[in-house]
Amino acid sequence: MAYVALADRGQTLFHPKTWVGKYIWSQDHKVIAIQYFLTSIAVGVVALLLSVMMRLQLGFPDTFSIIDPSEYYQFVTMHGMIMVIYLLTALFLGGFGNYLIPLMVGARDMVFPYMNMVSYWVYLLSVIILMASFFVTGGPTGAGWTLYPPQSIMFGTPGAENGIVLMLISLAVFIVAFTMGGLNYVTTVLQARTRGMTLMRMPLSVWGIFTATVLGLLAFPALLVSAIMLLLDRLLGTSFFMPAIVSMGQQTDYGGGSPVLFQHLFWFFGHPEVYIVALPAFGIVSDLLSVHARKNIFGYRMMVWAIVGIGGLSFVVWAHHMYVSGMNPYFGFFFATTTLIIAVPTAIKVYNWVLTLWRGNIHLTVPMLFAIGFIFTFVHGGLTGIFLGNVIVDLPLSDTYFVVAHFHMVMGVSPILVVFGALYHWYPKITGKMWNNTLGKVHFWLTFLGTYSIYLPMHYLGFLGVPRRYYAYEGIEFIPESAHLLNSGITISALFVAFVQIIFFVNMIWSFFKGKPAGPNPWNATTLEWQTPQTPPVHGNWGPELPSVYRWAYAYSVPGAEKDFTPQNEKPGKNDPGDPT
Amino acid sequence: MSIIVLFIFVAVGTSYWWLWRNKIFAKPWLLEGTKLDTRDDIGNIGPSARTALIVFLAVVTSMFSLFISAYFMRMALGDWQAVNEPQLLWFNTVLLILGSISIHWCSRAAASANLSTVRITLLSTGLFTCAFIFFQLLAWRQLVADGYYLQSNPANAFFYLFTGIHGLHLLGGLFVWLRTTIRAFTVSDMEQTRLSVELCRTYWHFLLVVWLVIFSLLLST
Repeated sequence: MAYVALADRGQTLFHPKTWVGKYIWSQDHKVIAIQYFLTSIAVGVVALLLSVMMRLQLGFPDTFSIIDPSEYYQFVTMHGMIMVIYLLTALFLGGFGNYLIPLMVGARDMVFPYMNMVSYWVYLLSVIILMASFFVTGGPTGAGWTLYPPQSIMFGTPGAENGIVLMLISLAVFIVAFTMGGLNYVTTVLQARTRGMTLMRMPLSVWGIFTATVLGLLAFPALLVSAIMLLLDRLLGTSFFMPAIVSMGQQTDYGGGSPVLFQHLFWFFGHPEVYIVALPAFGIVSDLLSVHARKNIFGYRMMVWAIVGIGGLSFVVWAHHMYVSGMNPYFGFFFATTTLIIAVPTAIKVYNWVLTLWRGNIHLTVPMLFAIGFIFTFVHGGLTGIFLGNVIVDLPLSDTYFVVAHFHMVMGVSPILVVFGALYHWYPKITGKMWNNTLGKVHFWLTFLGTYSIYLPMHYLGFLGVPRRYYAYEGIEFIPESAHLLNSGITISALFVAFVQIIFFVNMIWSFFKGKPAGPNPWNATTLEWQTPQTPPVHGNWGPELPSVYRWAYAYSVPGAEKDFTPQNEKPGKNDPGDPT
Repeated sequence: MSIIVLFIFVAVGTSYWWLWRNKIFAKPWLLEGTKLDTRDDIGNIGPSARTALIVFLAVVTSMFSLFISAYFMRMALGDWQAVNEPQLLWFNTVLLILGSISIHWCSRAAASANLSTVRITLLSTGLFTCAFIFFQLLAWRQLVADGYYLQSNPANAFFYLFTGIHGLHLLGGLFVWLRTTIRAFTVSDMEQTRLSVELCRTYWHFLLVVWLVIFSLLLST
């Protein structure tokens, strides 16, 4: 049942009567979250299939000649852009942000439910515009996900006719959607926390999503600005970024613009974007480790400070993506220094995750396996990041597979492992059903080992100097035969990993219909989303009264307590320390 | 990029200061109970709307800071030819200031529940703002007539870009203004009107400041 009298909130919720109102034009944050989940995962599957096509070409260029060079670049571009923005950003902030924030802070819904609904539909519009570029003349843009001018809008680059225009419009629309969602997430965290939920009692998931949203709100304008100006260059012939240039033997009307200006604007967004994806993953993985190790998170305050510290620092490292574009050596020194400094709070987080496991009562559940797997892949990708943060190491490695390996470990595999862990962890709350444990474990081990066998060999390819962004490698003398063999092996692993994701989908869909009821709190967790009166939670989330919060989110295995966990909203007993109210 | 970095320093610094004020150094595992939560406005729509507006204005400021950063970086390249700004812009500036004064007056009237003054000043705000947009378009036409085309020089392109983006934000504001005005004339719910007018006032003042910044920028370069 739904509760209409919301005098405790000073606002009323809109309760729809029809099926369409409940599930399509829904203003319920949980339904909107599921809409975000389904849309972003669907578009992510498209990006996965694109990578399969690319790997077939790279691993067996003579056997499978399915795609031509233009399509290869188009698929690289679309794969990158979809995975970074339309999958990971939308999934972590639109999906988990929407589902978790109101439940975890004890609110009935987002502060502006209508704007939240519009946010999803505008996001869907941006996805449709992006997908439409597959079906226009010339196909989608093949400019690389960084869309660097002048080549991104010059004829000769695949998709320069229409694809690039649709891409830029889609990005602008996405930013509008994100801004509407982001205002909701920030305001809900700031204003709608329930009684007793002080900032320092919030679960780290909320801290991660909240800080990432703030980063997104301040950084996405940079992408918007560069998209608008590039669009003007492409459509109206301005020369913000375009230098004087000859195209197809003809002098173009462009002149005087600066491609490096675009790179500054793009990476001013692009680097915070890494943390927009990473910070929610950091937060969520902290909660998974703590719950499944039955132990409070080690160094909670340090974890919060590290999240907000990384958030601030992420704005002053952007030019480390531009070392090869050339810059004043002092700038290179500055950006290398800030890049290495950001490793300090990040390392603090890694130590604290490991120390949380230390002497914990570790339950190797499926979410826990994914969380521990994340620590491995993230340390791995993070360490190569320290290499690449130095100008002198970056210059020779920048155009090789070493960089591909680095960013896929740190920004591809790591967040995706957290996404899987989080989906397994919260699935019982979202659907009320429990998934199949055996299938879950099989899915984890095949995915974890499989992705390692894709990206670990790529580091060696990079050391050999195998260049990235190439369509084919025949006839390049310095690449030994063994590298070609390794390439084929990587493709086989990639196909395998892509294929085993079917296990995940089968498990989720089958369990939705036939899974055992999970009960309200299958993991014996303390945070508020597990204490809702109904599972799955109904519209309005809580009963007639909002929950009150009496303690922090990590009261696991408290010495002297009866249970090994004490929910945040459980009233303290007479013998408890502190100030019971 | 120094402008945007400066803005980010201010934004991040303010956030850190706010976190520090909100006891980010507290040790949450030591104390139980709800008494340490001293907030008195949990989930009220007024503070929420104000917070959201402030965050949104930070987003818009970030965007304009980036445009201005790009402006300076593009200007440093060789082919820059300054625009001869039409004198009409001074008149437009006066119009926008009048709009701001008008909405400020309106919010004071709303605070003292003076509905008739609220209605009049709301209408005059809309009138001044619409006139501003109209005369901005006229300034564009003057520029075109003088041969300052969008494509011919980056200085022109930035002029159209700045004024265009600023105008679009005013149009967005006018949409909210329209809803507020309709409500002020049809429903006499003073509480809701007061909040809407207050939000409009903040937004109008903000856009006035943005205009003064970009106008002085355009004039001085």
